Amino acid sequence: MNDQPFFRIDWVIDNLDEIGGRVGEHLVMTGIAIGVGLVISFGLALLIRRVRPLYGPTIAITGALYSIPSLALFALLIPITGLSLLTAEIALVSYTLLILVRNIVAALDGVPAEVLDAADGMGFGSVERLWRVELPIALPVIVAGVRIATVTTIGLVTVTSLIGLGGLGYLIVNTGINRFFATSIYTGVALSVALAVLADVGLESLQRRLTPWARARSG
Amino acid sequence: MTPQARPGGAVVTFEHVTKRYGPPGVPPAVDDLSLAIPAGEICVLVGPSGCGKTTTMRMINRLAEPTAGRITIDGQDVRDLSAVELRRGIGYVIQQVGLFPHLTVGENVAIVPRLLRWPEPRIRERVEELLELVGLEPGAYRARYPASLSGGERQRVGVARALAADPPVMLMDEPFGAVDPILRDRLQNELLRLQAKVGKTIVFVTHDVDEAIKMADRVAILRRGGVLAQFDTPEAILSAPASEFVEHFVGADRGLKRLSLAKVRDLQLIQPLIVRVGEPRVEVRRRMEVDGTGYALLVDAADRPLGWVDSAELAADGTLTEEEATPGAPPLQPETTLRDALSTLLGSSVQLGVVTDERDRVLGLLSVDAISEVLRPDATAPRS
Amino acid sequence: MEFLGEVAAWFSDPASWEGRNSIPLRLWEHVSLSATALALGVLIALPIGLAIGHSGRGARAAVAITNIGRAIPSLGWLGMVLPITLVLFERGGLGFLPALIALVALAIPPIVTNTYAGLREVDRELIDAARGMGMGERRILTAVEVPIALPVILAGVRSSAVQVVATATLAAVVAGGTLGDFILQGIFVRDLPRVFGAALMVAVLALATEGLFALLQRLATSPGLRAATDVGRTS
Repeated sequence: MNDQPFFRIDWVIDNLDEIGGRVGEHLVMTGIAIGVGLVISFGLALLIRRVRPLYGPTIAITGALYSIPSLALFALLIPITGLSLLTAEIALVSYTLLILVRNIVAALDGVPAEVLDAADGMGFGSVERLWRVELPIALPVIVAGVRIATVTTIGLVTVTSLIGLGGLGYLIVNTGINRFFATSIYTGVALSVALAVLADVGLESLQRRLTPWARARSG
Repeated sequence: MTPQARPGGAVVTFEHVTKRYGPPGVPPAVDDLSLAIPAGEICVLVGPSGCGKTTTMRMINRLAEPTAGRITIDGQDVRDLSAVELRRGIGYVIQQVGLFPHLTVGENVAIVPRLLRWPEPRIRERVEELLELVGLEPGAYRARYPASLSGGERQRVGVARALAADPPVMLMDEPFGAVDPILRDRLQNELLRLQAKVGKTIVFVTHDVDEAIKMADRVAILRRGGVLAQFDTPEAILSAPASEFVEHFVGADRGLKRLSLAKVRDLQLIQPLIVRVGEPRVEVRRRMEVDGTGYALLVDAADRPLGWVDSAELAADGTLTEEEATPGAPPLQPETTLRDALSTLLGSSVQLGVVTDERDRVLGLLSVDAISEVLRPDATAPRS
Repeated sequence: MEFLGEVAAWFSDPASWEGRNSIPLRLWEHVSLSATALALGVLIALPIGLAIGHSGRGARAAVAITNIGRAIPSLGWLGMVLPITLVLFERGGLGFLPALIALVALAIPPIVTNTYAGLREVDRELIDAARGMGMGERRILTAVEVPIALPVILAGVRSSAVQVVATATLAAVVAGGTLGDFILQGIFVRDLPRVFGAALMVAVLALATEGLFALLQRLATSPGLRAATDVGRTS
């Protein structure tokens, strides 16, 4: 490695297709994890709002899942689901639950009681009330949770390369660390950071566009 | 509580003290302030917000440093000591009390003695003594944490903590600003009782004129920009405001405020005709004719007042019974302020109030006329 | 069931307990690497956090560094450090050094931010009272600010510890060693019982770390604060 330049831009240019493909894989894995995670978390949050005592155990279990190192959680699943995308996604989804459930519950709890009262008084049904009143008001806090979960997941997806999957981790490990090739490592890390930052900024602006009233109030 | 030097306090003087937060040109927070606070007195700094009262106080323990001028305690410039040493010798109580939540009540009180490296047995003894002094039973309170105390208890611990090293000077920054009016009144009275025992020089900041008048031996009224408007006893400020600003600041009801400076015991009481339960009505009638007022105060066997007996409604014979009395206003105590006494009497629409001692025995009568006498513009309110 | 039997067999095989690829050795590598990284992280991060928190200066830089730190994946830290240490120290005989550097870098941000945030949350009135009673700046820090902020500071140490233990598993990729090595070997040679057994140990180690620091946090919190601040996870 010492005989060549520390960072070889020509390698990046020659391999743009490969790099682009890895970015695509990375985005797909992240997207699936966040999407499935959101659906499960919403279900759990709505259940918790009906049956409060479930909150403590849910947080304890998802918290314990969150503490298990990613490679270990992948490894625990391999005997059951093999070296597959399913293994990776089960683990990645598990990690989103703690953040998402906690945020969604807090967001819905944060809807002012007088607003709910007014909605009931105007004759909203419970589904309508959730969809047209509670969710829009809770959205900024929910999106804040999604942002944290997304940034975390983008980082964790790199680890899936260790169980034979692709993504930017492939550039870091397979063509990088394993071959002592710095250019590939740094390309992988830089793109992963860039994806995280872009996702964070993108979700923030999406949230602002979806909740124009929040902007008017704070401005 | 006549101003007199007490051994527990120290003289605090301000000599042409100015404090500027901005560059020269910006109006100062405190402007050329000179005053001398006699030892052992409560000096209340009062004024509208932005008058620099808190800054003035904080310059004494150098939490703020003067831009010009000097401050002395018993003749010694506060800058002769390091700020840290100086502060250990000055008690400090703030509105939010500032008890350390991670320390017990006992440990909170012991902070300054520990900073001064007192031996542990002496500290323990001092903590007991101080908790006792502020009315908190040491056994029950020493090991408790601030979070488990009520607002009033916290405030008492705060005062005990400030007194810990027996400092000659105490600074109190709106100490009762965050408590409800009833509790505030009680804490004020407690502090006055405590002060009668310890005789510190207390510099007390408030924005409440009533509190200033109640607590102060001397009031310093400051106006915006830290200019001293008047520095005098409460009576003098109420009876002879130095300027329109002071007059306006103390309020249109300063006559009434003067009433709160005097107590019932300061006035001459009238001795009423007293009759007892069981006395023959014939005898009672005869005594009432001699007395000439047409009424008498009925008391029970223990001299406790039951109410008034009117000669016109007195039956011909037999003996007096308890039921005969028409109840009057609630009894007054010698410690009641004239302001409270007046409001009690007006509230019951009677002209005379019965004054009783701590065992409810009759001491005499107080009339509305006697109170209004005090209100005459040229009269000087007697000080209790 | 049969599979779990194979896992048990791996644990009970005497060969798993001796030599240069033994369970005790890998466990020791994992624990000592993590503990060293955490200790160094605390030594570096705590003074920085205390300085920023007490003075209020430099907070913006600290927040920026933390945010960047959070966006870099833990595997990325390991990857980035490797070429740099190779260049600096020439090749060969590096052992755990690159992994250690990466883990220390990973441990620092949570401790700095929590220490800073913990100190900033201390009521300004308390500091004023402490100063007014004649405490010096250092004493205000040690006797008032740190004890009150301790639960928050320890929450930071706890989240660093859990992250370090987790990432030590990945250190196998750059350094060989740690329990992660069993997982990577096992995947490579398709020895699933070994993969599962090692993963189990890593999971238990991570949960134990979490539990240990939760306990420490509870023990170090003054009873006077316990009612007020029942601090949970920060992440």
